Amino acid sequence: MVLDCGRKPENQHASCRKTPSWDSKPRTTFYQLLHHTTSRSQWHHLLLHGVSVIHIGDQQGSLQPPTFPIPSLPPGTLSLTTRTMASSADRNPPPFPASEEPQPELSDMAEGDSDEGEDIFVSNSHPASVSRGVSQPEEPADLFSEEATTTAKPNGVHSDDDDLFAEAQADLSSDPSSDSTRKDLSSSSGPPSARSPAALQPTSLEQLEEDEAKDIFDVDVAVTNPEKVGDGMNAYVAYKVSTRTSLPMFKSKAFTARRRFSDFLGLYEKLSAKQSLHGCIIPPPPEKSVVGMTKVKVGMDDPSSVEFVEKRRAALERYLQRIVSHPLLLQDPDVREFLERDDLPRAVNTQALSGAGFLKMITKASDAVSKMTIKMNESDTWFEDKFQEVDMEEQQLRKLHAVVDSLVNHRKELCMNTAVFAKSMAMLGNSEDNTALSRALSQLAEVEDKMEQLHQEQAGSDFFIFAELLADYIRLLGAVRGCFDQRVRAWQRWQEAQSTLQKKREAEAKLLWANKPDKLQQAKEEIAEWEAKVTQYERDFDRIGMTVRKEVLRFEKEKAKDFKSQIIKYLEAMLQSQQRLIKFWEAFLPEAKAIA
Amino acid sequence: MTSIDESDKEKLRSVSVDLNNDTALLIDIPDALCERDKVKFTVHTKTTLTSFQKPDFSVPRQHEDFIWLHDALVETEDYAGLIIPPAPPKPDFESPRDKMHKLGEGESTMTKEEYTKMKQELEAEYLAVFKKTVQVHEVFLQRLSSHPVLSKDRNFQIFLEYDQDLSVRRKNAKEMFGGFFKNMVKSADEVLISGIKEVDDFFEQEKTFLLDYYSKIKDSTAKAEKMTRSHKNIADDYIHISATLNSLCAEDSTPNKKNLEKLSDLFERLRKVEGRVASDQELKLTELLRYYMRDIQAAKDLLYRRARALVDYENSNKALDKARLKSKDIPQAEEHQRQCLQKFDKLSESAKKELTSFKGRRVVAFRKNLIEMAELEIKHAKNNVALLQGCVDLLKNN
Repeated sequence: MVLDCGRKPENQHASCRKTPSWDSKPRTTFYQLLHHTTSRSQWHHLLLHGVSVIHIGDQQGSLQPPTFPIPSLPPGTLSLTTRTMASSADRNPPPFPASEEPQPELSDMAEGDSDEGEDIFVSNSHPASVSRGVSQPEEPADLFSEEATTTAKPNGVHSDDDDLFAEAQADLSSDPSSDSTRKDLSSSSGPPSARSPAALQPTSLEQLEEDEAKDIFDVDVAVTNPEKVGDGMNAYVAYKVSTRTSLPMFKSKAFTARRRFSDFLGLYEKLSAKQSLHGCIIPPPPEKSVVGMTKVKVGMDDPSSVEFVEKRRAALERYLQRIVSHPLLLQDPDVREFLERDDLPRAVNTQALSGAGFLKMITKASDAVSKMTIKMNESDTWFEDKFQEVDMEEQQLRKLHAVVDSLVNHRKELCMNTAVFAKSMAMLGNSEDNTALSRALSQLAEVEDKMEQLHQEQAGSDFFIFAELLADYIRLLGAVRGCFDQRVRAWQRWQEAQSTLQKKREAEAKLLWANKPDKLQQAKEEIAEWEAKVTQYERDFDRIGMTVRKEVLRFEKEKAKDFKSQIIKYLEAMLQSQQRLIKFWEAFLPEAKAIA
Repeated sequence: MTSIDESDKEKLRSVSVDLNNDTALLIDIPDALCERDKVKFTVHTKTTLTSFQKPDFSVPRQHEDFIWLHDALVETEDYAGLIIPPAPPKPDFESPRDKMHKLGEGESTMTKEEYTKMKQELEAEYLAVFKKTVQVHEVFLQRLSSHPVLSKDRNFQIFLEYDQDLSVRRKNAKEMFGGFFKNMVKSADEVLISGIKEVDDFFEQEKTFLLDYYSKIKDSTAKAEKMTRSHKNIADDYIHISATLNSLCAEDSTPNKKNLEKLSDLFERLRKVEGRVASDQELKLTELLRYYMRDIQAAKDLLYRRARALVDYENSNKALDKARLKSKDIPQAEEHQRQCLQKFDKLSESAKKELTSFKGRRVVAFRKNLIEMAELEIKHAKNNVALLQGCVDLLKNN
């Protein structure tokens, strides 16, 4: 995607199709506002959860009532926070397959929690999946109490819609384009000229962000129990997807479903294709791997296949957790169906070598080409700057991922070398004829054995926490770039519609001149049709623009939180490892001193 | 000129103990110059012995000079019953040189900062190799000077004193060839020594022990080297991680920037600790094993010489018997036999003493190094804990 950096309206690129009215139109139209509130009201309605009503009307005091009849908003619960991201902080990295200690945590899980027959959270898989998107039994009480406390202070939480009204007010009364006012908000060094009419603006957008921070999503998902189903090349791995929720839109409070990898991919395909979600950052699933899966299918139980399955299981879990922590995606019926439905129709168009797969590749390629032929003239550099940032960041993350990969390999090497050395040292200790020295050498061999264990765990931590975090964000940044692309495509559609409209108008003019009344009527109808399309596409474009901005801000916040919690987890694991190391060597020291 | 101060030498001189205590003859290598492949050592002697011309003097020596001295001692018949200290290994700068070369090739792929840090690491590694080779050469001389018999050796004196180039006295081609033959003979010795019927229990035990121990310690040395190398690789990875994190957060304007900065900082510090863990392990463990591997080879050589003396004696017995049978040349045969026996007895007696003291020396050295290694591991791990805890606290409090 190539964005022309021109901010001034005079900077017209030859291939750029613009109508003169482009820059002077205020960004936020009332239609958009309505659209926003409608979708939000749907959202609030669905997430209603026994909370006290926040009456919007009272807070409108100083504002002029809008002229359009805005439907009165139903009571909304705004006490939603993103727990799934935080809960990922509870996850311990699973050990690499060579370790034999089963992780005991999962067996403590909710016993009398659901009526769904089986005790869904007792996991027997090995390596034990310790990923805990699901909370401990004592947590449901906490969840509810948490929500109770947040609802107890409704006044601290401002209604989103309140802010939208404020926004609308500011826009209607202000002259400059809302792009510039939004620039004020997003960049600290914006021109102060637009400040006065937009005095309410800074608070509204900030508040939007704040409100999102206070969102609690009462949905926990876990992906566990990878099991091989079938034999030979038709075999696949089925995962258990367990959900626990108190949201009324789901049929029950806790339920499970068995899903295979292509189901996850299918979900992604469906979400990506939805017009209503355009502009949203849809979390991408982990990649397909023909090599990895073939080994599993062939039935090899070697450590690398076990590692592969574990890596995939953990990645799928994070994928689902990210989806359910996204307010719009959680709403989506396809997501609900994925979590709830017993029998999901197979997503066949995700097969790598299928006809649909080829078609997708072709359309992706042609999309890329079309992106390059039309340069977009941006009046708001936010998008272009952000896109550059994202691109650079993705490159750097790839580099970092490569280095961390190298670290993982070196640590595994260290692990192997330490084990081999330990054995050699044990043999040497046996040969040694001085008894005290012999014992000390044997002890040294044991210490080195324990060190091997530590290195093994550290390598697991390096991989499952650090490397996978980076891999996730490389994919996510790709998705971010994708939604920028969607905005460009929306713009293109709009531009094309405008040029078509122009052509129709010219055609009409010609007909007028040639005086053909019947064709004239048709021409007029077409013009009307295209005028409507132009308006529609323009609104779509603006809507996507706003969505993208919001999404990016939300994404950045979530990223900081995610990185922080994962880094802390990684460092704490390293810390524990070093503390154990100290103990091992401190135990050895007296043995060394006892040599005589 | 790279000078090595006393404290460094103290730290380095760990594999052998109780050296350089005899004030009558104090030897050290205060300076060494490295040009390309050749290292020139400055051997400094302080002595109260009248056998030397001056009480305090220095001479430049090359590695080959040390080898000459070692071989001269080995070939001296009188010292057949002694453990000749193992010759210092040739200075090997290949590893850091290779890495430096690879670094140069990969310079374009890394940031300037990263490159500088890697270069520093490599220079430190180079310096470490350098220090090690100086230490090993020094220890060789010090073992000679602290040995009651070897310290009086004429060649040793020449080595210390002769202020001109020793190359005239060094091996010429013929002698090199002779050296090759000697190695061939040595492997024949292995067969010989295992085949001989030992009358003395002490030597029987020693033989079994040393043969077995040698193969085990050789194996351990190789494995320890690999382990140390992996540690170094990890330390290098930390450098790259820190540098890449730096580049990342330089461009970052999101709230994530602070997290990345702290992490980058942490890795920079962790890599220093990791580097020290690697080098300390190298010095205390790998070097220890390496040195005693060579020392045990020297002890085995002593056993071989004794075995050869025993063979000689047995042969002389057979010759005497034959002479008696033929009634010819009996007095020569008797004399020969007497000499062989004398030689063998003298050798055995001295060998016993040497091997016993060697045992003690070895145990003491192992003890010292294992204690030091354990203490250093603990120290570095505690350092790591402090660094990690600090970073975690910083992140949590933000």
